[in-house]
Amino acid sequence: MKISDLQSLESFTCLQEEYEDIEIVSGYTSDLLSDVMANADEGSVLVTIQAHKNTIAVSSLAGVAAIIICSNRPVPDDMLAAASSEGIAVFQTAENQFNTSALIAQHIGGCPAR
Amino acid sequence: MDGNHQETLQSSLRVQELIYGLRIGEVMTSKVFAVSRNCTMRDVQTIMKNNSISGVPVVDSKRVVGIVTMNDIMNALEQGAMEDGVVKWMVGEVQTLAEDMPLSFAISAFGKFSFRQFPVVNKKNELVGILTFRNINLALIRELSRQLREMEHQHEHPPEPESLELAKVYQLHRYDFENGGRASSEIKKFLKDRGIASKIVRRVAVASYELEINLVAHSIGGMLAFDITPDRVKISSHDRGPGIPDIDQAMTEGFSTANEWIRSQGFGAGMGLPNVKRVSDEFAIKSSVGMGTMVQAIIHLKPENENED
Repeated sequence: MKISDLQSLESFTCLQEEYEDIEIVSGYTSDLLSDVMANADEGSVLVTIQAHKNTIAVSSLAGVAAIIICSNRPVPDDMLAAASSEGIAVFQTAENQFNTSALIAQHIGGCPAR
Repeated sequence: MDGNHQETLQSSLRVQELIYGLRIGEVMTSKVFAVSRNCTMRDVQTIMKNNSISGVPVVDSKRVVGIVTMNDIMNALEQGAMEDGVVKWMVGEVQTLAEDMPLSFAISAFGKFSFRQFPVVNKKNELVGILTFRNINLALIRELSRQLREMEHQHEHPPEPESLELAKVYQLHRYDFENGGRASSEIKKFLKDRGIASKIVRRVAVASYELEINLVAHSIGGMLAFDITPDRVKISSHDRGPGIPDIDQAMTEGFSTANEWIRSQGFGAGMGLPNVKRVSDEFAIKSSVGMGTMVQAIIHLKPENENED
């Protein structure tokens, strides 16, 4: 699935649309930024409740292509501004991290081998 | 104009970083005048006068047991007690510095204590030298003139814009999460633009970002320096304190002293230093409570050194 396909998933809202629409092949679920930094794949989608500008900094350094903020956590404007300048897509959903991860895994054909 | 100002700031930060990176042992005076316990205050006064020094350590089989300063001499003079043994007048609790500590620790120590000199000891706790402000000033002048020569050289032979060489220092302030990450982004871009493999760029980014966040979240402020040559990236982090009481503990994954606020920023999972070590080819850490912490991480850029993971 492509990043733009996330938008058609139920309860997903795209908050930051300036991104390169690449194919998603893997994802990472975590709220600890050091963990994301160390383990998220290049070009992956990040599932988190950490709605903060720092999440963008870490995602940019790790090469994360899209971020999904779960449980409808409010997303601050400065986070979106940073995401826009880094070209990272930001989505919001009412679902929690487990359900969101399961849903995306389903769409990308199961969990990729690590 | 602004660019000029930036350049001045950058080179003054670089000099600071170079100084910070020196070891106390490289800067101290090795020829040190010391006395034994059975010497008199008069003996010390003579040594001070003949050698124009203001502090003399008292040693017992090479271990520092006290120090006699100008102040102690004046007190003894006032009391007409110059024939007294030094033990009666010396200051017994002496703050010493270790010769392998970075000079930044000494600078913190001068700020923290009101002493004019610090005896320097080796690993066996034996007196090997003495460090005064004068030593630091001389080191500063030496590094400044080296920096000047380097600038002149660079002026005559400016580096190719695409060359893989960079020396840059960033200053970081406590709790300034806004700017934590800026250095890492710039360095990442620099390496990426020069065609370095993304795996290696990422390792540099991880090490530098974790060190940046450590400075912002845990130190009272410090600096992060990058020294890039075609072979390797050297990242050095220096802070002014508070220092790490137990380095083994700090290097243990999951251990963190972060407060709730730091955690709310998404940090403080206790992965920072272990992450830096994991991605580095060479890693060194030195810390002293009240004086600061120095971390150095080196990542090789040559493909034959790339980790196959």
